[in-house]
Amino acid sequence: MATVEDYVSRIEGTCGKEKDVIVIFKYERRDEAVKKILERATLKKSFAGIIFEMTFKNYSFRLYGSGKAIFRGFKNKEELNVVISELVL
Amino acid sequence: MLDPQKIREDFPILRRKVNGHPLIYFDNAATSQKPKQVINAIKYYYENHNANVHRAVHTLSQEASELYENAHEEIAHFINARGMEEIVFVRGTTEAINLVAYGWGLHNLKKEDEVIVSLMEHHSNIIPWEIISQIRGFKIKYSQVESDGALDYASVENLLSRKTRMVCLSHVSNVTGIINDVRKVAKTAHDHGALMLVDGAQSVPHMPVNVKELDADFLAFSGHKMLGPTGIGALYGKREVLEKMRPFQGGGEMIKEVSFNRKRQCCSITWNVLPWKFEAGTPDVSGAVGLVEAVRYLKRIGMENVKKYEETLTKYALPRMADSSRKIEIYGSKDASRKCGIIPFGVKGLSSHDVALFLDNYGIMVRSGFHCAQPLHEVLKLNSSARASFYIYNTREEIDMFTEVLKEIGQF
Repeated sequence: MATVEDYVSRIEGTCGKEKDVIVIFKYERRDEAVKKILERATLKKSFAGIIFEMTFKNYSFRLYGSGKAIFRGFKNKEELNVVISELVL
Repeated sequence: MLDPQKIREDFPILRRKVNGHPLIYFDNAATSQKPKQVINAIKYYYENHNANVHRAVHTLSQEASELYENAHEEIAHFINARGMEEIVFVRGTTEAINLVAYGWGLHNLKKEDEVIVSLMEHHSNIIPWEIISQIRGFKIKYSQVESDGALDYASVENLLSRKTRMVCLSHVSNVTGIINDVRKVAKTAHDHGALMLVDGAQSVPHMPVNVKELDADFLAFSGHKMLGPTGIGALYGKREVLEKMRPFQGGGEMIKEVSFNRKRQCCSITWNVLPWKFEAGTPDVSGAVGLVEAVRYLKRIGMENVKKYEETLTKYALPRMADSSRKIEIYGSKDASRKCGIIPFGVKGLSSHDVALFLDNYGIMVRSGFHCAQPLHEVLKLNSSARASFYIYNTREEIDMFTEVLKEIGQF
């Protein structure tokens, strides 16, 4: 059974006042992850297939065609993990 | 003027693509790329000379020791220090400043003393002093920064008093690229009987630095930001100041003699001579070899040419970035002649990380966040910033591509 770790290579807290979290999908599965997220989350705005502003449940995030995403407003890593698993598994 | 196209041929990494685009590396303030000369020098050292240095009589150790000692000499010459005894090899700027904070500050600062640190400092020139202040109880006074990121020199002068024992200042800000007049500050500090520590992490790689002219007591810098490998840097210290200091770390190499006194049941220790007194344990010999090769590379170009070229790139980039979109904001001074090639910027409505990820999509590497200088971001009232920083292998064509992508970001 697939897990979040099968898709995600790194999760990194950003440096700055904005307490964002960057999720970097594994190179070999990034296209699959991006495709699934675009299917499951709601697209609010996009530009040239590079950046997608998305919402999922009460969360908003930006997804990048390069297989990275910036998530905001998560209390902890567990909460983020649940959302990522719903988006990609 | 240097020839960037010729220089680029020496940097293998610049041939790669990122996300399907040719790599444009604009994160040089974080670390520089390495020319094949440096990579080959390290490889050659390991294939031909590798051994532990000093206190061995065999041939390889003699060769490694000679290379390591010569590296100190060449670095001393590069910054016009009096000799190798004034150059201590460390892991990088951070360790160099910690060496001063622990080796000098811990033993010399008392409760009634004061240390002046500027608000534009990298955390590596703030935190060591805060740690030692918590132990010794002295006061840190923070000198102010103007709204364009320049140092408020009057603020430094106002803070200086007979209580001041040390003034800590970066030569070039790692956020705004502004060049500080450290010579002027060193003179004022000395007039008050204080020492001066300069963080040269962003100046030594990008402009001529002459420690005799600056007259600072300490200068810290990193090898990896000046074409050298990671894990090696240097602390310059005036011989007479270093001689009075206690060692930072203990171990092999930094002692001349350790003799066990049976009667007193303890060891009596004699420190080694400079610079070895401050280099405990097996040093990074291959790093030193790589750093020297990097310095030779820069010397062949000429540090004045490096500075001029980066100024040209900055002059070229600033108006083009500003004109690329109304959403682009450039922070700090826009006067390229006062700066090294560092441009902090933002895009209205997007976080710096969004900007960096957008650029990454086109193979353009810029840094985002606080750049380890949160107090300066608070002064400039910024949540974070994106930062483009140039070096000798960057080109106008790369800046054109960069500003084209900024135009696109502005449309989002």
